Amino acid sequence: MLAQHLPALQVVIPLLAAPLCALFRRGFIGWLIAVAATWLAFAAAIGLLFRVLNEGVISYAMGGWAPPIGIEYRVDLINVFVLVVVSGVGSVIIPFARTGTAARFNDTDQAWFYAMYLLALTGLLGVTITGDAFNIFVFLEISSLASYVMIAMGRDRRALTAAYQYLIMGTVGATFIVIGIGLLWAMTGTLNLADLAQRIPEINDTRPVLAALAFLTVGISLKLALFPLHLWLPNAYAYAPAVTSAFLAGTATKVAIYLFLRFFYTVFGGGGFFESTPLPEMFLVLSVVAMFAASTVAVFQDDVKRMFAYSSVAQIGLITLGISYVSETGLTGAMTHLFNHAIIKAGIFMLLGGVMFRMASVKLEDMAGIGRKMPFTMAGIVILGLALIGTPGTSGFISKWWIVLAALEKDQWWLVALILLASLITMLYVGRIVEVAYFREPSAKAADVREAPLAMLIPAYVLVIATIYFGLDTQWSVGLAQRAAADLLAGIY
Amino acid sequence: MEPADHILLAMLIPTVGALLIVLTRRNPNLREAVTLATAGLLFVNVLQLLPVVLAGGRPELSGFEVTPGLEVAFQVEPLGILFGLIASFLWIVNSFYSIGYMRGNKEPRQTQFYVAFAVALASALGIAFSANLFTLFLFYEILTLSTYPLVAHHGDAKARRGARIYLMILLGTSIVFFIPALVWTLAIAGTLDFTPGGILAGKASGLTTGLLLALFAFGIGKAALMPVHKWLPNAMVAPTPVSALLHAVAVVKAGVFTILKVSVYIFGSDHLLATGASEWLVYLATFSLLAASVIALTKDNLKARLAYSTVSQLGYIVLGAAIATPLALIGAGMHILMHAFGKITLFFVAGAIHTATHKTEISQLNGIGRVMPFTMGAFFIGALSIIGLPPLGGAWSKLYIALGGMDGEYWFVVAALMISSVLNVAYLMPVVVRAFFRPPDPDDHGHGDAHGDAAPVPETGSLRSRMKEAPWLCVVPLMFTAFACFILFFAPDAIEGLLQGMLEVPR
Repeated sequence: MLAQHLPALQVVIPLLAAPLCALFRRGFIGWLIAVAATWLAFAAAIGLLFRVLNEGVISYAMGGWAPPIGIEYRVDLINVFVLVVVSGVGSVIIPFARTGTAARFNDTDQAWFYAMYLLALTGLLGVTITGDAFNIFVFLEISSLASYVMIAMGRDRRALTAAYQYLIMGTVGATFIVIGIGLLWAMTGTLNLADLAQRIPEINDTRPVLAALAFLTVGISLKLALFPLHLWLPNAYAYAPAVTSAFLAGTATKVAIYLFLRFFYTVFGGGGFFESTPLPEMFLVLSVVAMFAASTVAVFQDDVKRMFAYSSVAQIGLITLGISYVSETGLTGAMTHLFNHAIIKAGIFMLLGGVMFRMASVKLEDMAGIGRKMPFTMAGIVILGLALIGTPGTSGFISKWWIVLAALEKDQWWLVALILLASLITMLYVGRIVEVAYFREPSAKAADVREAPLAMLIPAYVLVIATIYFGLDTQWSVGLAQRAAADLLAGIY
Repeated sequence: MEPADHILLAMLIPTVGALLIVLTRRNPNLREAVTLATAGLLFVNVLQLLPVVLAGGRPELSGFEVTPGLEVAFQVEPLGILFGLIASFLWIVNSFYSIGYMRGNKEPRQTQFYVAFAVALASALGIAFSANLFTLFLFYEILTLSTYPLVAHHGDAKARRGARIYLMILLGTSIVFFIPALVWTLAIAGTLDFTPGGILAGKASGLTTGLLLALFAFGIGKAALMPVHKWLPNAMVAPTPVSALLHAVAVVKAGVFTILKVSVYIFGSDHLLATGASEWLVYLATFSLLAASVIALTKDNLKARLAYSTVSQLGYIVLGAAIATPLALIGAGMHILMHAFGKITLFFVAGAIHTATHKTEISQLNGIGRVMPFTMGAFFIGALSIIGLPPLGGAWSKLYIALGGMDGEYWFVVAALMISSVLNVAYLMPVVVRAFFRPPDPDDHGHGDAHGDAAPVPETGSLRSRMKEAPWLCVVPLMFTAFACFILFFAPDAIEGLLQGMLEVPR
């Protein structure tokens, strides 16, 4: 009975928990509700994963209204993979959220913060699980609006401008997406993704459909921060509270990547159509530029959070590069990196949150000598940084390995060289932090800081350990990604 | 215990040792006791595997598959056991020396030092016992990372710069060249397992083999083949025990060990000889070993001179791997051992001089043999072994490589080796001559001496009264390794017998 309604529960649990947090107006109670709701959502995602593995694609008619009249929730291997990542990262972050939030906000604001967190989670899970195009737009707006608030709650006044920037860019993106969806609806008369997937391939060379494709491409690329549409991201990540940065870095861009895959591979009809457009080449070029430009900019950042924000743009470039190959190996690499990068980046932002909590700064110069003052925090950042570089024994190596394999499959040696050269640049900025943190005398600010509180360290270390674990055992990351990639290419939905 | 357990323990013992060192950090004596016990235990443990390998066994420890084609697994073969024995044995000697040196120089951050050392040894053993290229690569990177804090140990601008270059070159070359080499090898051969006779024969053309070999030769930056040797002289900012064990033995030998392994077990010597794909590497290695010797001549800093000497001597081993005839390969394997004992002695001496007198430049060493007779005597023996003169171990390995070159009809190699030996004499012997036959500088008040306790060296008086050796914990290890160079002269048969095993191809 319960298992039957898992697709609905996946979204409904955090959705109902959000107003509950707001009603109680007590930080601690709000936090308890948030913990319960995110963990239940994670459990639901795991439950769905096993159901999909056993039964194949699940179709769930919301409210008993059968599609195409009602809204269909459709769970296959591809989106259940993303559901697990999003709810998993969400539930590791929430225990971490308590310490920093309680120290900075009054009771009411704390409760609001958790409500926003849950709404953002609801939106992202909704986008991922729904099988209805307009529903995607609705959930996308829910998650975006909630995340604007979450960014604006940063301690720095610049967080307000960052949130405003994101609001404008995000709204532009959402508008493009809704125009694209509208055009598709006008041409096919349906909003159901599965129906769209059946009807569009017949008419996918008509002008409105191509226009829809263009609008969707730009809109989704804005959301996933593909170079050069990434400009909202660095400030948003840099000035938001640690919880927000970790959450957005681990989930929001990943869901946008899922949308990208879903529209281009499923709705527009498998890999064939994608390959017949100039999109793969376009994405290849933009991805490579993203990897180099963003990494290079990252090297010269003096704010470590901003540095890793630019690093995110580069890593997203690596994911879209994998997608642009339109091959099973490439997609496997991309989806694996989606999984691995979510864990790595969320972990880094959480550890930086601990630094921020102790020193009220994440400026590189202030972090001088911090390696001795906060040994566990810095060790974690080093391990996760190594994963970003792609050192063997960490999950980052695995995703890079697959993406390199995919380049090799197409005999594109120059791409192999470019991917690895980009890793070198990653090494530069990670190395910069290591050198400052371990081999400089402590800065004035770092002179009397202590290790971050355990309540912040333990959740972050869950992700650090996961990064190593998924570097050595890949049956859940690569194994699932590979099956999902095969489904995507075949256009199975 | 099963041999497989010993393989696991070889990596586990130093790892546990590292943890115990952290736990005992408040009590330096206990901490050092842990290091010594760990080193001793590790050597005894690795020694248990030797008879099995000598009897023709190839103990295995199966691991797990990370992703298709990439497996973590271990197997002990002759070359691996040789490298494992050298690294773990010299760790014991080096640990005694470290205690003397680190305390004698009142170095900071000693716990971090011993921990990083133990982790480095664990990864060196992982490299030695890898059953495939991926496992080797994994431990290769851990070795780079664990030795980075040792290079940056002093934490001043110079150390940071040296460490930055160290990390950039070693990690950089491994990412840009080693990873593509792995992918390509896997794509061609379908496996990365070290297999007697190689895995590429019949699958890769001469050109492909040559290119792939280039990726390996430059990707394995630890082998310090020119032009990727720059990290090694820069790593000399580290405390001397690090230069001695890691940058004369464990790290650089891990590099040339990997090159040898790749040559023997990935390419296969028959395949290399048949395609002639490694011929270019013969030229490059010859150039590298001569050029490094010439650069060594120009260095006045003792450690810098020894560093370039190491670059040169590593060139011998790469040369042996490139010539790929059986004698050359055995010579190369033997040189890993012979050079290890010779060079660690020389570095020990450099460190002992620094500890006793705070001198670092060769031009300051006039007459130091009168003050430090034991130390400088050991230097003389170690230097002779590096030069390759009997009755010292270094004579054999150089002979084998030269004979191997003749087998491969590389006549210029023989000539180059002779020139190189002359160059070795030219850059090592002046140190001995200065130490023993030049009078001490009259205004010698101990250059750079922070303590001001170095009395002017008296011209006369009994040996005892004018001696001022480093702490005995420094002097005994270096005399021991010098003596070992002499012992090794009598052991070429045993080593050749062991290394023959790596060339046996089951048919």
